[in-house]
Amino acid sequence: MARQGGRATDPRKVSQELFTLTYGALVAQLIKDYEQDDEVNKQLDKIGFLFFACRGYNIGVRLIEDFLARSGIGRCNDFRETADVIAKNGFRMFLGITPQVTNWSAAGDEFSLIMDANPLADFVELPDDHNQLNYSNILCGVIRGALESVQMAVDVRFVQDILKGDNQTEIRVKFIKRLEDALPAGEE
Amino acid sequence: MTNNIISKLEQMGCRVGQSLAERFTRDSPRFGSELDIIKFICKEFWVGTFKKQVDNLRTNHLGVYVILDSRFKLLTHMSAGEQYLESAPKYLAFTCGLVRGALASFGINSVVTAEVSTMPSCKFQISIPKT
Repeated sequence: MARQGGRATDPRKVSQELFTLTYGALVAQLIKDYEQDDEVNKQLDKIGFLFFACRGYNIGVRLIEDFLARSGIGRCNDFRETADVIAKNGFRMFLGITPQVTNWSAAGDEFSLIMDANPLADFVELPDDHNQLNYSNILCGVIRGALESVQMAVDVRFVQDILKGDNQTEIRVKFIKRLEDALPAGEE
Repeated sequence: MTNNIISKLEQMGCRVGQSLAERFTRDSPRFGSELDIIKFICKEFWVGTFKKQVDNLRTNHLGVYVILDSRFKLLTHMSAGEQYLESAPKYLAFTCGLVRGALASFGINSVVTAEVSTMPSCKFQISIPKT
C-alpha cells in the first residue's frame, strides 16, 4: 500500500501503523497486567469510555467536544439518526471506516454496526488461549462514552468478531434510557 | 510507581518500534553501517511514524547520537507554555522505547533518553555502548 504524500499535510496526524501497533501494545500490556480475558475486555471498555466522557478526570480534551466541533453536527431527532451519525461521522472521523447500520430491533431501540474492515485489528491474530478476548473492545467503551456525553445511556457489546473466526465484525448497541441533568460538576 | 509506569510505556514503545522497523524495511537492502541505521531512523522511520523528518542529527562519532525534532508530533497537542513541561517525560517514554525497539530490530543495543527544554521541541539522545 503506497502512502500518499498529500495525506501528510494534516499536522494532527501520525501514521496509521503507529496507531494500530500502539493499540496492540496496549492490549498486550493489559493482558500482562490483568491476565484474564474478561478483565482485559472490561479495562478496554473503561479506557474507551474515558476517551469520550472523562468527566472529573483531568486527562486532556474530551473527544466528544472535538467531535462536535469538527463535525458541526447538531441534535439528533431519534435513535436511528444517532446510529447514522455514529457510523457515518464518528467512525469515519476517528477510524476512517464507515460501518453498516443494520439489524434494527422491532422496537427501534437496538441496532448493529457491521464492520468489514477494522483498522485496530490490521496485523492481529488471536492466539488460541485468548478466545474470550474482545480485542477491539475499546470501541464499545468509546460508543458508550460518546453517547453518555450527550445524555444517553446505552449498552454496547461485541457479538461477532472476525478475529474469533466469525464472518464479520458486529457491535450491538442497545438504548437504555435518557440521562437527565447530566451536566458535569463545575460546568454550567 | 511513576517509574514503573514509565518503564511499562517504554516497553510498549519498544515493541511497537520493533514492528514498525520491520515493516518499513521490508523491501530495503541491508544497512552498511551504524550511521546508516541512525539516518534511516531520522528519515524513513520518522516520516513513516510521525509524517515528518527530524530537524537535526548530531553525533560525537563515539556511539552517541542526538536527534532534534523541533515540532515533535506527540507534544504539539499540549500547551507550549511551561505548564506541562514537568509531565513531558511521561509522554516521551513511549517514543524512547520506539527508537530503542527499532534499533534493537537491527541488532543494536542502545539506551535512549529524551529531553524537553521548550515545548514542542524535543531532543532524543541515543547511546550505543561500544563493546
